Amino acid sequence: MTDTEMVQAVPLSAIAEKVGAHLKSRHAAERRFQTYGIVSIIAAITFLVVLLTSIISRGYTAFVQSELQLTVSLDASVIDPDGTRSKEALSSADYTALVRAAMTTLFPEVGENRAARREVMALVSSGAEEEVRKLVMNDPSMIGQTKTLWVPASAPVDQLIKGHMSRDTANGGQFSDRQLGWIDVMSAKGLLKTHFNKWLWTQGDSRQPELAGLWGAVVGSFYSLVVTLLLSFPLGVATAIYLEEFAPQNRWTDLIEVNINNLAAVPSIVFGLLGLEMFLNVFGLPRSAPFVGGLALTLVSLPTIIIASRVALKAVPPWIREAGLGLGASRLQMVMHHVLPLAMPGILTGTIIGMARAIGESAPLLMIGMVAFIVDIPATPMDPSTALPVQIYLWAASPERAFVERTSAAIIVLLLFLAIMNAGAIYLRKKFERRW
Amino acid sequence: MQFLTLLVVLLLLTMIGFRLGRSRAVQVAGPKTSVLHSLPHYYGYYVALWCGIPALALIALWLSCESTILHSLVVDSLPAEARSMAPERLALMMNEVRNLGATGDYSHASDSVTAAAAEQYRNLRSISFAAMAVLSLVLALVGGLLGLRFIHPNLRARNRVEAAVKVFLIASSTVAIFTTLGIVMSLLFESLRFFSMVPITDFLFGLDWSPQMAMRTDQVGSSGAFGAVPLFAGTLLISLIAMIVATPIGLLSAIYMAEYAHPKFRSVAKPLLEVLAGIPTVVYGFFAVLTVAPFLRETGAMLGLSIASESAMATGIVMGIMIIPFISSLSDDVLTAVPDSLRQGAYGLGATRSETIKQVIIPAALPGIIGGLLLAVSRAIGETMIVVMAAGLSAHLTANPFEAVTTVTVQIVTLLVGDQEFDSPKTLSAFALGLVLFVVTLVLNVVALHVVRKYREKYD
Repeated sequence: MTDTEMVQAVPLSAIAEKVGAHLKSRHAAERRFQTYGIVSIIAAITFLVVLLTSIISRGYTAFVQSELQLTVSLDASVIDPDGTRSKEALSSADYTALVRAAMTTLFPEVGENRAARREVMALVSSGAEEEVRKLVMNDPSMIGQTKTLWVPASAPVDQLIKGHMSRDTANGGQFSDRQLGWIDVMSAKGLLKTHFNKWLWTQGDSRQPELAGLWGAVVGSFYSLVVTLLLSFPLGVATAIYLEEFAPQNRWTDLIEVNINNLAAVPSIVFGLLGLEMFLNVFGLPRSAPFVGGLALTLVSLPTIIIASRVALKAVPPWIREAGLGLGASRLQMVMHHVLPLAMPGILTGTIIGMARAIGESAPLLMIGMVAFIVDIPATPMDPSTALPVQIYLWAASPERAFVERTSAAIIVLLLFLAIMNAGAIYLRKKFERRW
Repeated sequence: MQFLTLLVVLLLLTMIGFRLGRSRAVQVAGPKTSVLHSLPHYYGYYVALWCGIPALALIALWLSCESTILHSLVVDSLPAEARSMAPERLALMMNEVRNLGATGDYSHASDSVTAAAAEQYRNLRSISFAAMAVLSLVLALVGGLLGLRFIHPNLRARNRVEAAVKVFLIASSTVAIFTTLGIVMSLLFESLRFFSMVPITDFLFGLDWSPQMAMRTDQVGSSGAFGAVPLFAGTLLISLIAMIVATPIGLLSAIYMAEYAHPKFRSVAKPLLEVLAGIPTVVYGFFAVLTVAPFLRETGAMLGLSIASESAMATGIVMGIMIIPFISSLSDDVLTAVPDSLRQGAYGLGATRSETIKQVIIPAALPGIIGGLLLAVSRAIGETMIVVMAAGLSAHLTANPFEAVTTVTVQIVTLLVGDQEFDSPKTLSAFALGLVLFVVTLVLNVVALHVVRKYREKYD
């Protein structure tokens, strides 16, 4: 039997059939595999969408705040019974009594009933007294007059108005029927409205959710970032220039490179431990200070900036360097006058990304104590302060329901900052990107 | 604020030094500036350096010594009975003195001795600052004048200035090494103190973790237990869940992006994944607490499972979501680095695209992918905020993902936030945990970077 006969013994159509059948399953496998890929990407994007919607839907209402309109009679016998009009007397006066009086005139049925009084006062935030005090302190001549002003409603009322809290009076509901009635009356009369939330943008932290603000944390973050930028930009760029343009190929340079790559991957909390031990215990710098936070964040963002700057310097073609040297520039002149300006857009993009990493970082800040309850807005980088992400952490741990909304709002603010920074980086890259 | 003013004045002085140096060089050169060795502005920089560097060095030196000298001066002037106090009480008192002295308000002082010491501390500090300011300004002036005196047409000003800049560049590049050194030193120092109180074998192999020290010695559990195995187990459990979530999603999306996706699709999907990487971890933590954990608990309740609200599952899933973009972007880089000739060869033999990927591309890219996964594991182990917010606080040794477990980073944070006593094993144990964390992530990183680098060299 010859070879050709053997091949002919198996009919050709059978082979084709077999291959065809196999081909079908292979193509099915191909389609399945592609589907897995698409499903994974969709899954990842779904996570992103769920995360963002769950936070935005909870947080956007925090940018407005329910306020009550009160008609307060600034009774001289309550504010300043001695008639001295001194600053101390005015600031320590019993403004709660004025607010209570205003509320009881609004709802005369409360009268002298203590329980009812307590319930009616539960509708007003303790920030109301502060508002009245500010009014009087600004202009003591108002004493004796009757003024109409908007004061913050208490957190439960605020949550009720925004629909985050049920009107259920039983089952652990926050309100009594009487209180719900008052709230409805005030809403109907237009005395209870939501306004732009100025507390969120002007105040520091507070135990009362309706008075708690982000401003202290924003200022703390700002100081930290300024310190970080002032240190990590020059240090990072100088390191990148040295490694790319001057460093000889030797073990020392290798050691530096290995170190930088490792630092880029070291958990950020370790930088916090370093900060606690070195900056606080050895150097004796103050706890909770944004300056120290900035030092710790410098260590976090430095590797990012160095690596990005090196990439940007590497992208500048060698003939630029050769041309500079050929015209008689010294190496440093060549780098400073020609290479660095051409690499600058890339370096700036990397710096912005490094800063964006620093602004969202909280673990090192916890270690150096920027996690305290701080009401005052820090005046200098040495004052105790928190930072934006740490404020989120603190609020997230607060038991009051209204803080969920505040936390989400703080996250929205943080994400907005990040979005702006990253948009800036993308713009820089698009605008100045050069292909050689 | 005063300090800032001093720095601004110094800056102004150096700027004036620059102008003077420059004009002095032009003046020395006469009508033809070409007799100068360097361009005139290099002489300006030269004088500015003379003006600024000695003064700044003095300030740095002063500030680094100031606190110790002030401390010993104040302690020396304390009455004898205060000086003979136990060292801890003295340290506590000096702490108060420093704080009071910083504010200048002594009305909250615990006693008259402290108030007097605070008063003295404050005076000494203002004297010290004044002395530093005057000395540094004088030094700046003297330096500037000296620099001006040195100006001569033959002075190689450019070379001097460039040498100074180079010193700065080299010094900057050593910051990375000093940082690593600082980490190792500070962790090792406190850890050794810890291991002198608690044997290292108890720490590494002990099964019981309850670092709370009792106030009195006769209380139950007064010694505290520092067996870190439950923490390691908890960390590994959460990291494992995270990797189980992130590896398939990250890898498959990277494969799709690198091998199949239309450039337009890629240009939309890739940035979206990167957004996931840019979200701060504290946000993920909040998401875990607020959305994922309750969802899991309710689902579990429907199925008749009891799932803790701080379950390892919820934490792990959210951490996995955080790691997805990390894995996908690293794998994407690795996959696109595989040479096209391998693909073409496989297609030429009749392989479909998925067969090519599974049997040619992935085996070729495997070292790089494994390196990327190791980096992801290291990141999961070191992740702090998600676990601090969403994982448990008390240590259980369990493999059940629906129970609450605690991790190394959670314990570091809980031990170090709030009051710290650097002589109790409770506080020091955080540094020992930090040392373990640092060593483990360091080993993972070194191995991963090595593998990735070797892989890159193969195809370069």
